[in-house]
Amino acid sequence: MRSGRRRRARWPLARRAVRRRAAADAALLVVAVAFAVPLAWLVLASLDERATLRVRLPAAPTLHNFSAVLTDEITFTPMLNSLLICGGATLLTVGCAALAAYPLSRFRSRFARPYLLTVLFSACLPVTAIMVPVYALFVRVDLIDTRYGTALFLAAAQLPFAVWLMKNFMDGVPAALEEAAWTDGASWFQTLLRIILPLMGPGLSVVAVYTFIMMWGNFFVPFMLLLSPEQLPASVSIFTFFGNYGAIAFGELAAFSVLYSTPVILLYILISKRLGGGFTLGGAVKG
Amino acid sequence: MIRRLLRWSPLAPATVLLLLFLAGPVGYCGYLAVTDTQLTGQESASFVGLANFRHALADPEFRNAVLLTLVFTVVSALLGQNTLGLALAGLLRRASRPVRTVTGAVVITAWVLPEIVAGFLLYTFFERRGTLNAVLAWLHLPTQDWLFTLPILAVSFANVWRGTAFSMLVYSAALAEIPQEVTESAEVDGAGGLRRLWHITLPMIRRSIGTNLMLNTLQTLSVFGLIWALTRGGPGNRSQTLPVFMYDQAFVKSLIGYGTAVALLLLVVGALFSAVYLRLLREEV
Repeated sequence: MRSGRRRRARWPLARRAVRRRAAADAALLVVAVAFAVPLAWLVLASLDERATLRVRLPAAPTLHNFSAVLTDEITFTPMLNSLLICGGATLLTVGCAALAAYPLSRFRSRFARPYLLTVLFSACLPVTAIMVPVYALFVRVDLIDTRYGTALFLAAAQLPFAVWLMKNFMDGVPAALEEAAWTDGASWFQTLLRIILPLMGPGLSVVAVYTFIMMWGNFFVPFMLLLSPEQLPASVSIFTFFGNYGAIAFGELAAFSVLYSTPVILLYILISKRLGGGFTLGGAVKG
Repeated sequence: MIRRLLRWSPLAPATVLLLLFLAGPVGYCGYLAVTDTQLTGQESASFVGLANFRHALADPEFRNAVLLTLVFTVVSALLGQNTLGLALAGLLRRASRPVRTVTGAVVITAWVLPEIVAGFLLYTFFERRGTLNAVLAWLHLPTQDWLFTLPILAVSFANVWRGTAFSMLVYSAALAEIPQEVTESAEVDGAGGLRRLWHITLPMIRRSIGTNLMLNTLQTLSVFGLIWALTRGGPGNRSQTLPVFMYDQAFVKSLIGYGTAVALLLLVVGALFSAVYLRLLREEV
């Protein structure tokens, strides 16, 4: 083995490959360090009672910041609001997307393609741009400052992309099993619920998790549509660290950010493992 | 006929939701943009035609916002995320396994973090007493108050930090599809690294490049939370891109009608990019 490696190293191409790998490693490590610095602040400051704006090792690491923010007002209520809003909206989005994907994936019609293209088109529109009219509209129909109104809008905003992803995943489920169920007299709804959705389990969870992550991190929508402090989700309530408490408690801000970010990071790991590292919003980007 | 309608009935819930909450606001956007609606007093709103748009074109603050949006998009999406993402994807293919895993994890974590957390993290990085100046001082380089002297560059770098992972993933997938023989035979023919990149790699992934540029641009056009957390559009209006300008006009200055007209312009630009993106996809399918 060893002699084999030495012999290969004499080939210029192989030696160049080794050198090239070292150069690539070095370049990547530089980028990784640069990207890691702000992340390092997050972790270190959350463990440092006297955290400042700079990255530094805590003199005496404690969990004090975490115990300070783990109160109803600061953490539990906003997190529960986030969970209610994003969880409800995700259920609605996934449900509607699964239903819509079924005929789009299974039946031929000259309307199917224009419908899908419209959906894809609206998936790309910048939602930020319609938030001012949405606010005005919500004031008129009295949905402003309600969690369900916010959830409904988030669900609609995420729906086009969910329909598109879901349709592509559903295309991958062979139609043969369904046809057997049809001949046994099952309705389309039973077929969808009992046969197709279980078969596309991984795809379904990708759509659900991706939708949830996007909603959990969304700042602008709840920022515009919710006003009363007790209804705010974590993405907006985080600003109270700047407003009400005078001097900013950076350690507590970092601890809260860690708590708020952990669920989405865990969920991302869950789906990326399931589909291999190359989950690049696969179907969506490549059509 | 009825059976056919019944077949398509599962489309109904999604369609209703989209019409009510997406198409509705887009239509209402068109209506509000031609009125002088203000935040207080719905009754006084009246039709003003294209006055809001004329006002926008003559408004130096609007022109400032358009210019800053252009800078923000070109620097962070086209140059930053796109180029760095491609470079990272290329390097990842050559790197050793542990380096590949660590770099991928760090860059993707920056992307998965909620937007507002990313905003705060980069705030601590760029702030006068923050980490960047600490590093510069340690290297004996001049320090400065980045969020004050170069706010638009600071928010652009923040967007690069947050968005590069997407380009990296897109290009990793694209590079993995280039057949090994093509690269190898070019290498045997003696084509150097740059020439291989220019004559072989880039032409072979050109569709991914188009897709990626479009999606980056669309994402960057709607960035609000990141800028809000870093600078709130300031100091003054020196990092006020169109979404922040729109928010400022509609809610701080209470000019809903004018804010909506600006939003409509943003929406039209977004729609144009969307349409181009769909064209690109159609060529591919």
